[in-house]
Amino acid sequence: MEKRFKVSYFLNFLGVLAVFFLFVLLFENNAFGRSTQYIKGISTTACYTIIMVASLNLVVGCMGEFSLGHAGFVSVGAYASAIVSNGLTGKGLPDIALFLVALLAGGIAAGLTGVLVGIPALRLRGDYLAIVTIAFAEIIRVLFCNLSITGGGKTMSGIIKLSNFYWSFWIMVVCITVMYMYVRSRFGRTVKAIREDYIAASASGINVTYYKVLTFTVAAFFAGIGGGVYAHYMTAMIPTNFNFMYSAELLSEVIIGGIGSITGSIIGAAFLSSLPEMMRQFSQYRMLAYSVVLVLVMIFKPGGIFGAWEFSLIRVCERLTGRKGGWEKNRKKTEGGV
Amino acid sequence: MTFSLFFQSLINGLNQGAIYALIALGYTMVYGIIRMINFAHGDFIMIGAYTLFYTIPMMIHAGMPAWISVFLAVVICAAVGVLVEVIAYKPVRRAGSMSALITALAMSLFLENLAMVLFGAKPHNVQKIFDLPSVNVLGVALPLNVILTIGIGVVMMAGLQIFIKSTKIGKAMRAVPQDRDASILAGINVNKVITMTFAIGSALAAVAALMYCAKYPRVTNDMGSMMGLKAFIAAVLGGIGVIPGAMLGGILVGLIEIYVKLFAPGWYEAITYAILIMILLVKPSGILGKNVGEKV
Repeated sequence: MEKRFKVSYFLNFLGVLAVFFLFVLLFENNAFGRSTQYIKGISTTACYTIIMVASLNLVVGCMGEFSLGHAGFVSVGAYASAIVSNGLTGKGLPDIALFLVALLAGGIAAGLTGVLVGIPALRLRGDYLAIVTIAFAEIIRVLFCNLSITGGGKTMSGIIKLSNFYWSFWIMVVCITVMYMYVRSRFGRTVKAIREDYIAASASGINVTYYKVLTFTVAAFFAGIGGGVYAHYMTAMIPTNFNFMYSAELLSEVIIGGIGSITGSIIGAAFLSSLPEMMRQFSQYRMLAYSVVLVLVMIFKPGGIFGAWEFSLIRVCERLTGRKGGWEKNRKKTEGGV
Repeated sequence: MTFSLFFQSLINGLNQGAIYALIALGYTMVYGIIRMINFAHGDFIMIGAYTLFYTIPMMIHAGMPAWISVFLAVVICAAVGVLVEVIAYKPVRRAGSMSALITALAMSLFLENLAMVLFGAKPHNVQKIFDLPSVNVLGVALPLNVILTIGIGVVMMAGLQIFIKSTKIGKAMRAVPQDRDASILAGINVNKVITMTFAIGSALAAVAALMYCAKYPRVTNDMGSMMGLKAFIAAVLGGIGVIPGAMLGGILVGLIEIYVKLFAPGWYEAITYAILIMILLVKPSGILGKNVGEKV
């Protein structure tokens, strides 16, 4: 491994660690007094929303396709992980192992659904793909409303509460890192080439369908993990939670944050998911405000607030020390800040 | 299945299909002209229904016949359609299809949530416009307002077809999707035609709202989104951009839905969506659409 990568990984790890200890410090010292538990809960919400939004950004930003059915994958992950954790409780597994196994199961179930949906759906592009993703998400919802294993349209409750903020934070960091590495890898570059011009890409020998389905599957996998964290935080859920509105909400968070910018997704998701919680009395205006912001963003800054810009800790260090090195080019995704 | 049940379902399906067809017409006209899925179109129905909800008691109170409020609903819907187009869609028209789609989605969310803030999330009951008895046809009791609804639908579609085929602005509406630049050269004001298309599409949505309210007299702020989606499926099924296709697709989706509901009540939505997926995969241009190859 080259030296600059080592430095970059080290710096980013330090950065994430610093953010984590900042939160630990704040929460353990009850910095917010009585509302500490409440704020911890909101931060957990922000963690799983970040995973879902960043995974949707893989499809919307990296692949340049429009998925309006992300809530479907989230629900597959949520239900699969809840079923697995319900089945494994009391088998002597420590909580963290149980949680990880459940999340992995949720992710794999969602990923498989992603393959099943992606192979037919990704033959289409643009508007039609958007409509087909809605259709698949609705079919998934109807399925969960009618299957007895998912509560048959009623609330599925009694899921053990495994998501706490500290675990969710590290799960989010791992997910974001893997997604960022995917975008930066050979696969990510290929997918971006397809986004720019799929005819040229396929003429250069790229298997367009394969890479599209792969990206879709990766996005679905992480959406499923996000759904798993969601299920074990909420402890109760109903299929109608994951309706078209939820997909639209996730999508607006991606677009307001920045199409193709994981930094934008993180900040956008964290901000937009925690803001309405803090101002409960205005909660009915939340989607109204989202939609107005969305229209304004589309008119004045079509790429989203952060565009394709990514935050880089290395660049900040260089700026601070006044050194200009060759690290710029291979900078790595940083922060998992909430 | 007994004959009377079959016949009853057929009439119900036609009623439902006529509603979908009218909404699908709005989608297909807008899509034909600017290649954009107008997600907000479903919410125009909601606006029409709310207009009916508020104006019918007013009309009755003022001693006027209740059907005057239909005209009010048509005018208000057309105005909202034009406003949405001018304020939100026009500025992003050049920015590409993705921006247009996002803006349309945002406008749909906006209208839905605005309605929630203004009118509340609770469903409202719309007063009946027509108070008609049932008639007995072939041993089945048919409410006359269902027949009337189908009749209105047929008249609207026929009227639209005549309008599109023979008036000047109707011809312009057909010319712009075919070749935008050539129609500009021929002296067509494209922006005016697009605005006009939105006005007509939204007015049809108001009529669809009337038909919907005659059957299910409940208005909620989110009634439009799923209905709009199904109407869009109808438009795609028939061939998007093709006006007779929208009618055919609407009627088909309505019939399929009602008959599937008979056998598997919990699954009918899934079946409708599955049909959409099949159609898009096998023949994306729809039943009546022409296949357009892609240029490199």
